[in-house]
Amino acid sequence: MAELPTTTERFIQGILPENPVYRQLLGLCATLAVTNNMKSALTMGGAVTFVLVSANVITSLMRNLLKPHLRIVIFTLTIATFVTIVDRFLAAYMYQMSKTLGPYIPLIIVNCIIICRCEVCASKQPVITAAADAIGQSIGFTLAMASLAAVREILGTGMFFGLRVLPIAWPDWVIMVLPPGAFLTFGILLGAINWIDSLRAAGTGKK
Amino acid sequence: MTALQMEQSFGQRLKNSNIVQAWLVLTLALLFGAALAGIQISLAPTIEANKINETRQKVPELIFGKAKAMEMAAQKKNLQVTSQFIAVEKQGKKVYYNIFKADLDGKCVGWVAKTKGQGYADKIELLIGLAPDAETITGLFILDQKETPGLGNKIVTEKWRSQFTGKPTGTRLTVTKTGVGTDTEINAVTGATISSRSTVNIINAAIGDLKGPLTAKAK
Repeated sequence: MAELPTTTERFIQGILPENPVYRQLLGLCATLAVTNNMKSALTMGGAVTFVLVSANVITSLMRNLLKPHLRIVIFTLTIATFVTIVDRFLAAYMYQMSKTLGPYIPLIIVNCIIICRCEVCASKQPVITAAADAIGQSIGFTLAMASLAAVREILGTGMFFGLRVLPIAWPDWVIMVLPPGAFLTFGILLGAINWIDSLRAAGTGKK
Repeated sequence: MTALQMEQSFGQRLKNSNIVQAWLVLTLALLFGAALAGIQISLAPTIEANKINETRQKVPELIFGKAKAMEMAAQKKNLQVTSQFIAVEKQGKKVYYNIFKADLDGKCVGWVAKTKGQGYADKIELLIGLAPDAETITGLFILDQKETPGLGNKIVTEKWRSQFTGKPTGTRLTVTKTGVGTDTEINAVTGATISSRSTVNIINAAIGDLKGPLTAKAK
């Protein structure tokens, strides 16, 4: 069996080299749906971080008890529990935000990033590694959400975190805050990242 | 077959049985269930308070419409909102409705009823604004829903909700997919007939229950 990555490798991989959104293209439903402003994008990032870290830690603690054919049930059960906690918590303490995010919080249950980390890392490696992996992936996810939301909020409304950053004369590109804007922004950012990557690969090839 | 062999096969059977294999799933389900119940019990009052708070803020809009409510807020004409419960006997069971009575200068200007019912995905919770005599609907607001994003959740849009404003409460409202013909018809949200129908049914049920008591109270 191939050697599994170490704790540090797991942590770093999640942030950029294996970024869940830009590299693995996972969890795109939530990514495209709630990135039309920074506040909801970061709340979503926070919610996913909590669920991912908790689910990874719990799964890792149980990893020796898992039966291969019952593991997915257990992952889903664990994830659903933490998602419900987040959902109730938001409804109690961040009521307006919970209404804005609406069904996308319960939908974290089926976010493949989390089940993927349980399967790939937490069910095979010790707690510390699983936690580092979850934190790395969460940072990667939150950064990706923030990058999309920054572009969409600034171009779509001329504002950033609800504060005006572009001159009042800026013709708000309303399409950027609507669903098509999500696809346009994501496509362009993904293309840009791949282009930079291929330039770098060509650079190292010449040496 | 010797006794030992029988013992082994029984042990083997036990090990292979579905229930024994799923012990972890069952234990976790119990543990997580208990934990969630605890969280629900401790957070439910706060969540309910948030909803009541939002309801009180929505009362002027539900009774007078958005434009007039804003105009009134600018003129500092504040409504007196009092919360009360109305019990309705329904098939031998008592059903309680949370009703908000709005008064302006000591005169009843309308009612807002809070009610909920089954939608397509989960419970839909909504507020219905009614005229003082409970003869017309003056507004609708969706407090909580988990309908399908992009389809069913369009019931929260102002465009869809505004159809209910001015509808009479004398006859049951019906849902149509072919365009509104009579004044008791509501256009369904495209692709979300069940969500639309559920909302209309919840409203019909609440109005059916409340019309009598409210008319009596208004006199």
